[in-house]
Order: sequence, then C-alpha cells, then structure tokens
Amino acid sequence: MLSVRIIPCLDVNAGRVVKGVRFQELRDAGDPVETAKAYEAQGADELVFLDITASSDERNIMHDVVEATASQCFMPLTVGGGLRTVDDIRAMLNSGADKVSLNTSAVKTPDLVDKAASFFGNQCIVVAIDAKRVAGEDRWEVYTHGGRNPTGLDAIAWAQEVTRRGAGEILLTSMDADGTKAGYDVELTRRLSEAVEVPVIASGGAGTLDHFVDVLRDGKASAVLAASIFHFGTFTIAQAKEHLHQAGLPVRLT
Amino acid sequence: MNISAQRQPDLAVIDYGMGNLRSVLRAWEKAGASARLVDHPDVIGPADALVFPGQGAIVDTMRRLQQTGFDRVIRDWTEADKPFFGICLGQQALFTHSEEGDTACLGILPGEVKRFRFPQDPALKVPHMGWNSVDWRQRLPVDTEIAATGDQFYFVHSYYTAPVHREVVWGETEYGGLHFCSAVNRGRLYATQFHPEKSQAKGLALYQGFVQSL
Repeated sequence: MLSVRIIPCLDVNAGRVVKGVRFQELRDAGDPVETAKAYEAQGADELVFLDITASSDERNIMHDVVEATASQCFMPLTVGGGLRTVDDIRAMLNSGADKVSLNTSAVKTPDLVDKAASFFGNQCIVVAIDAKRVAGEDRWEVYTHGGRNPTGLDAIAWAQEVTRRGAGEILLTSMDADGTKAGYDVELTRRLSEAVEVPVIASGGAGTLDHFVDVLRDGKASAVLAASIFHFGTFTIAQAKEHLHQAGLPVRLT
Repeated sequence: MNISAQRQPDLAVIDYGMGNLRSVLRAWEKAGASARLVDHPDVIGPADALVFPGQGAIVDTMRRLQQTGFDRVIRDWTEADKPFFGICLGQQALFTHSEEGDTACLGILPGEVKRFRFPQDPALKVPHMGWNSVDWRQRLPVDTEIAATGDQFYFVHSYYTAPVHREVVWGETEYGGLHFCSAVNRGRLYATQFHPEKSQAKGLALYQGFVQSL
C-alpha cells in the first residue's frame, strides 16, 4: 500500500536555512546540506527547498546547495522559488533537483507549466498554490509573491487548470493556517484534492501530530509539508510516523 | 578472498540527454561500483554492466535511443545476457509497446505498458507517487538486507508494466487493488519501476546486491 509522505521544508536564503513565520519574519537555522542529511537520517520521505533569496546575484548559490544535497542524500528533492523560465527549470533539474515547484511564475505565465511538463515530464513539475479563504464566502483565492498579491483566481479552479496543463503534483498552502500551529485547513485540502487526479501536499498550520492525521485522513492529502514543527525539534519525523501508524495510516517506518 | 583487493565493477550508465543522472551515479558509487556516463554506444567499452536510467516521456526516450543507436545496443546486450539494470522508464522501455503516446518500445520482454486508471476512486492519485512496498517473487542476485516483503521504495510513474510471462516478474507492488509488476528479472537482466537511487538505505542495498553479483 502506498504510504503517506512526510516532507520537511527548508526555506533557504543565500545558501542558509531560515524559517519564515507568517512569511515575513525570518530566523537562521543552519546549513541546508547538513539539515537535509539529518532529515534523511530521521526518515523523511522527501525534502523541499524553497529558495527565498531576493537578490538575483545570490541565486546561483542555490545550485551549489542542490548539487551538494543531491550528491549526499538519496531521497527525492523538490526545489522551488524564483524559477521563471524553462531554462531556469532545466538548470535546477541539472543541478540535481528531482522536481521543481512553480508558484508565481505559473500564474504569470501558465504556458510555463505546459512547456515544462512536456520537456521534463509531469512527474517533476509541482505547482505550489498559496490560497486564502475569501471572507464570508465558500471559496479560496490564489495569492502570489509569497502571499502578498491576490490574483482573483479560485484555488480549486486553478488547481484543475494547472493539472490539465501538466502539473504532476499540487503543493497547497493555506495562508489562513500558515504560521498559526492550529492545524491545516482540512476543508480546503479535501475540496481541492477531490477536484484533481494528482497528489496534493498539504502545507501550513502544523502544530501537533494530530494535525497530520486530520489532513491526511479527512483532508485526503497524499503528503504533509511542515517546517517549524520539525525544524525546532518539537517532534522528530520518526515520532510523527509512529503517530500516523498508530492512527492507522500507511507510513514508511525506517 | 581479499575484498579490498577486488576491482570495482565498471558500470556504463546510458546518458541519452534526458536529464540529470548525478544521483544515479552517486548511488552506484556508494554501492561499490565505478560508474561512468556513456552518451554514445562507442564509449561503452568493456563495461561489466550496462545501466539504463529512463527519464521523461517514453516517446522521447524511444526516439533518442534510436537516434543514438542505444536501442540496438540494449537489445544486443540483453540478448547476450550481459548484466543490465534498468530504472523507471528503463523498465518500461524493455517491453513491446506503451499506451503512452501509442509507442513501440524495445520488445525485449513481451508485454504492454498501461496507464493507471481509477475512475471509481478519486482518492487513488495518478501519478503513483511516493513510497510503496515490493513483494519479491524471486531471489535477489545476492543476499541483501532487503526483506522478501514489506520494504518500501520510492515510485513516481503514471504507467506500469504488464508482462506476458509471469516468470519475468521480479517484484510486485499493490496500488489501488492492482498488483503490478514493479521489478523484472530475466537471467542477468534486472529492472525496477521504482528509483533505488531515491530510496535511501534500501535502494542502495539493492544496487549493492547487483554490484556484488557482478
């Protein structure tokens, strides 16, 4: 039986790991390669690097980080952040990323998803969606630029569109839940997951191990992304897996 | 036998220009082999084994294999029963035909490559992505730390192989009630649908088993 996946996410700025709290405030928490190896040892199922480097001069540092990680870690690695063109994507895959995650660039130029999927295969194109509930309504709006800019797009319709265009996976972040530690947005995740054929990774809001159970079981997510809950040692990946196992979810125990 | 004095087996890893093979090379090196990329049949030389990591779409893969002449090399190599290891699309390409783009494949193993379809259950996602267990139907080439059943490996694929002959099924994996062929073996030909190089310790153990069998 296919296991649910636990995926730690490392925000990387100019080659160093940081953790954004509610997207804006940042704290330094170490070397990405060493952190990746530590998570591999803990039994993480995949790893995501989100490059939040603002300066384009420092962008190339990410390629070195990815190269070093891919040479030392034998697990799937997704890299997102600042990938705007097919050439950017090719360069990141050539550095050793297994998948790339597209967010703002997919909204700006949806054709990028089609092109990238046809060049590199659907399996390596993840579309990241930052969604926020529209006040007083039963729908969620897509935001770009790290959650700063509303797009007017409906999150579920957008997920369906990018899937048609060739995305092999959706990384869904609830902006309402992100940083709260009060749990994932289970309803958003379930509605979106039921609307697309591809796997959905739930992100934003993990505070307890039960939050993982909720979004994987009731939210129909295939995987959970989390940062601070693991990053600051609140729980290990192994503890999270054991908890999911006790709750009856299929996990890979290492 | 003095193991330290043994020469590391020389693996020729086919690079047909479809993507990055760094982690494949590093994984084989970690498993005790000396692995090098070959981008043309002429540079294979006296390799101990041929490794075929498939990537991207099968249509492009088959076209590039034909353009480079690797299609004939793989047929001849496996016909002669020389050691061979295919990965992911490198398993699918061995079969007769793929539903993906209605593509004729290498025809080394009789069988069809089919798409996962679960219209009755939207919870069953395609691609089949993530860690799943393999039930080994045949022995591994040498003793490894891989259990006969239950150990998990990393998969990412929307198509699966359906061999005509049961005896080439090396391993099986269940997804959505379907038990599909997740690894094949015939003589010294081995291939896996999953990615050992992305499967941490268990994947490296499988590569190590193959290397030690050389």
